[in-house]
Amino acid sequence: MKVLVAVKRVIDYNVKARVKADNTDVDLANVKMALNPFCEIAIEEAVRMKESGIADEVVVVSIGTKQCEEQIRTALALGADRGIRVDADAQMDPLSIAKLLAKVTEKEQPGLVVLGKQAIDSDNNQTGQMLAALMGWPQGTFASEVNVDAGKVNVTREVDGGLQTVALNLPAVVTTDLRLNEPRYASLPNIMKAKRKPLETLSTDDLGVAVTSALTLLKVETPPERQAGIRVSSVDELIDKLKNDAKVL
Amino acid sequence: MAILVIAEHDNSTLKGATLNAVTAATQMGGDLHVLVAGAGCGAVAEEAAKVAGVSKVLVADAAAYEHQLAENMSKLVAELGKDYSHIVAPATTTGKNFLPRVSALLDVAQISEITAVESENTFQRPIYAGNAIATVESLDPIKVITVRGTAFDAAAAEGGSAAVEAVGTVHDAGISSFVGEEVAVSDRPELTAAKVVISGGRGMGNGENFAMLEAIADKLGAAVGASRAAVDAGFVPNDMQVGQTGKIVAPELYIAVGISGAIQHLAGMKDSKIIVAINKDEEAPIFSVADYGLVADLFEAVPELEQKL
Repeated sequence: MKVLVAVKRVIDYNVKARVKADNTDVDLANVKMALNPFCEIAIEEAVRMKESGIADEVVVVSIGTKQCEEQIRTALALGADRGIRVDADAQMDPLSIAKLLAKVTEKEQPGLVVLGKQAIDSDNNQTGQMLAALMGWPQGTFASEVNVDAGKVNVTREVDGGLQTVALNLPAVVTTDLRLNEPRYASLPNIMKAKRKPLETLSTDDLGVAVTSALTLLKVETPPERQAGIRVSSVDELIDKLKNDAKVL
Repeated sequence: MAILVIAEHDNSTLKGATLNAVTAATQMGGDLHVLVAGAGCGAVAEEAAKVAGVSKVLVADAAAYEHQLAENMSKLVAELGKDYSHIVAPATTTGKNFLPRVSALLDVAQISEITAVESENTFQRPIYAGNAIATVESLDPIKVITVRGTAFDAAAAEGGSAAVEAVGTVHDAGISSFVGEEVAVSDRPELTAAKVVISGGRGMGNGENFAMLEAIADKLGAAVGASRAAVDAGFVPNDMQVGQTGKIVAPELYIAVGISGAIQHLAGMKDSKIIVAINKDEEAPIFSVADYGLVADLFEAVPELEQKL
């Protein structure tokens, strides 16, 4: 079975995003970029499937400018076999991304597509579900455990009240939650080897998808700052403040 | 045009998140309908009919909808939703699961986790873990939206008298099935709905020490939460996690114990009315958002707090 993994280049999760002075967007100039953490988990899961003999090939795809080849190379160093970059603007809404991914999926015919549950920049949590809908495939979102077995995949999902397990017919789409696995680090020899792995570039025209969106970003603002609080010196003072000043007890 | 709100429920009771979504939907203008899809969910439909502001309740009662599997739900909602200007669901794991699928079937964009309604076309939503607020405008004929519950007041659960109407069509995609579930047991209020939340982080040391927080929670009628570090360390189950990748809470009082205050945690609680931090590291970032900070060893401060409450 072939496994397709979609990855996104995003701001590093340790960096605090700053809003541009003209309020048009977040300032990404000279900011450290990285693989979206949930995408790392997706790569790790696919590579583990290959190691256990469930998958025979792991293909990684990313949509964006030439810079996101850096993140594809990282995925290749972590164990993916080859990469595909769809050349496009970095800022697209999830529906357009899902349409492009659907075309790549049709072309590659994987048994399973693995994505992260959400990207930490736009915080949408939509792409995997939309891809599944466009393909007419079942979905296993927020996965904390994935077991492939005889034409089906059992996915344990993190839901509000606890855990839920669903059985999906293959091919299917799975999106990863934090506890699915602990991603490995790329070793230096593997980073060197990754440079020689194949990386194909496709254009949106090749895939026959017109990228349009009815969504417009009007402005981006900094959220209201919380007022600086005070330090209390004892538990008694804390209880007193909560009772008499804040009136929450 | 009318607005369709998808009810969050467990086939026996209507979940509170639905009431917050109703308030958000009311601000978009238009006639308000609620869809209750499930199996044996008649009681939920009756509850939904009493919610103030709702004019009609649609009930899709069939085995295929029992666990609200995304494959079946999305077909139902996409079919019914064609006649509405807005399709709204609470941003719970259920809503987040099926609604993007509805969007794709209707070929429109989705706007996730809105925190404010500016007009019928314009909404605010947090991005970058809550470090920026985006205002977006949608010109799609149908707006598909999930609502962050803590950003809107709950609609009154009584006072309405909507007509209840059955939906006959059953969509069973036949490509997925429910296997089982493991529900975390708790007598305390639900994390996202609690007025007081007390959370522990890595500083708690182990899972047994959470008993100290539970003792305070019992006195205050509070819910107990945790940081991702505490969950990853295996102290507590992951449904207790507060943060960007866990639950978003905005209680009146949030007490953070042994939590440093990483960006990912702050994204889940910084809209709380009053934040209290108890941490022995006076440089911990949590103190920059806390209204009241106590620099102390939690193993001394927490039992003292419990005793004096």
